[in-house]
Amino acid sequence: MLSSEHAELVALVEKMPAFPKSVQRVVQLTSNIDVSAKEIVQVIECDPVLTVKILKVINSAFYGLSQKINSVQRAVVHIGLNTVKNLAMSVAAMGMLKNSNQANFSATAFLLHALTTAAISRKLAERAGLSQQECSDSFVAGLLHDFGKVVFAEFMPERFRLALAKSREDNVSLHLTELEFIGINHAEAGTLLAEKWGLSELLIEAIRHHHGRPVNAFGECLFAANQISKHLHFGDAGNPVVEAFPEAIADRFGMPLEALIEDLGDLRFMLKEAELFVKL
Amino acid sequence: MKFKFWGVRGSIPTPGPQTVKYGGNTTCIEIRTNRNELIILDAGTGIHALAQTLLRDMPITAHIFITHTHWDHIQGLPFFLPIFFKNNRINLYGGQDPVTDENINRALSAQLQYSYFPIHEAQLKARIDYLTVRPGETVSVGSARITPIILNHPVLNFGYRVDCDGASLFFTGDFESPINIYQPEDDNYASYRGFLLEKHQEIIEAMQDVDALIVDSSYTDEEYATRLGWGHGTYRSGIKLASEANAKRLFLTHHEPTRTDADLDLIYRDLLEQHPRFADKLFIAREGLEVCF
Ligand SMILES: [Zn+2]
Ligand SMILES: [Zn+2]
Repeated sequence: MLSSEHAELVALVEKMPAFPKSVQRVVQLTSNIDVSAKEIVQVIECDPVLTVKILKVINSAFYGLSQKINSVQRAVVHIGLNTVKNLAMSVAAMGMLKNSNQANFSATAFLLHALTTAAISRKLAERAGLSQQECSDSFVAGLLHDFGKVVFAEFMPERFRLALAKSREDNVSLHLTELEFIGINHAEAGTLLAEKWGLSELLIEAIRHHHGRPVNAFGECLFAANQISKHLHFGDAGNPVVEAFPEAIADRFGMPLEALIEDLGDLRFMLKEAELFVKL
Repeated sequence: MKFKFWGVRGSIPTPGPQTVKYGGNTTCIEIRTNRNELIILDAGTGIHALAQTLLRDMPITAHIFITHTHWDHIQGLPFFLPIFFKNNRINLYGGQDPVTDENINRALSAQLQYSYFPIHEAQLKARIDYLTVRPGETVSVGSARITPIILNHPVLNFGYRVDCDGASLFFTGDFESPINIYQPEDDNYASYRGFLLEKHQEIIEAMQDVDALIVDSSYTDEEYATRLGWGHGTYRSGIKLASEANAKRLFLTHHEPTRTDADLDLIYRDLLEQHPRFADKLFIAREGLEVCF
């Protein structure tokens, strides 16, 4: 992918609509003047596009906050619920992502993968003893790690379709076939966008390395959560390959992938919760 | 430094026999530095009377800081007469709306459309500059330094701290202290509480030790109970801010439109009774009240 294409991509994403269920709920909730604030926040927290929109605004140079803000809740405290609500409405007004697109990429299945990865990631962060703030940030990391794929499906569906097909047929990792057909993989595209949006270094690095070698415990939780979600077939973000834990991650949790899943106990409630949220 | 109230009413102008004492114009505060530099906080209808006093001194330079773009804080802008005369310089400061991305020039140009006002923006004779302020970034105006901080309201709202001539003032604009959106039994309650405390701390620091704290205190506690989330403070919340920030004087403003002079007198008397510590530092803002320090 050329750097001029990078710039174009960033500009296109500005106009990207959110996921159908959340658009529907934002419209529903905002037409009710008595709606509870936490319901609105929950809708935003469970939609990657809405979350990105809020974090982008709060972290923009305009607010000049000394510290990056990764959580929608903190954004609400800083710029006010009504402003956050109106930002969500302005995204909702752009329409909604189509559930099936020319790339054969299911938005619903994707969202299930993103939400369960988010929930598992937070659970692993708690297990790894990260700070309360990093634990809540790790949910956001899980939600956003594959954002690049949504962008591919929306703006370069033909090339992404080829990448998805080859990944599935040859059972090779999607980020490799993306490189072949698109010239950039979703981790790189996501990193690029996260940098443009002024997200924190912690999130940017976790997204960058979620298929490589994470550089810290935070990134390792995301890496592991992503593999666990895929291994359990919670949703589907198009990548059939489950990667084994690199040594550092197996060391972090003191066991390999399968053993960790066993040790975490029944995670199906996470899928149930995500389904409740996602299904139309 | 000195300052003077030209408008103390919230929401809508309320002229009439019941508001003669405190006044019926909406928010406007004039600040003069010792070097006579002119800073104006908000351009509610009170700015019209202020403008009358400026005509004899033209050409003038005025620095108008807008807390937020609700009508009662900008409605007087087209009636700020110096904008119609050559050689006047008006600097209009305000935030960039995160939802619309619009800057403060929008507030004026929206009002100067032919269906609403007979004169078009292009016909204003004064030199008008629009300046976007950012939270935490101090702006220098002559000898004064003005620092904005975001305060919770249904639209982006800045509180402004003005430091000048060794004295200081803080005006909240419209402000409701945010409450926890979660219930104590919710998972997110504790972390949200942490975020609120952190923001509250930032606000108290911004107001710390000011000589004059001017706060939105629209409601009584009883009224507030049915107006949660409307974006305004109470007499109680104003007093709380003043004591936490160790403000030397507290001015309660943005009077609720139905509040009569008699109501305000009564409220003032009760407040002084309940808060004897504030006896010599608590004031109800009224049009024409001027304070020097
Ligand atoms: Zn991925
Ligand atoms: Zn207001």
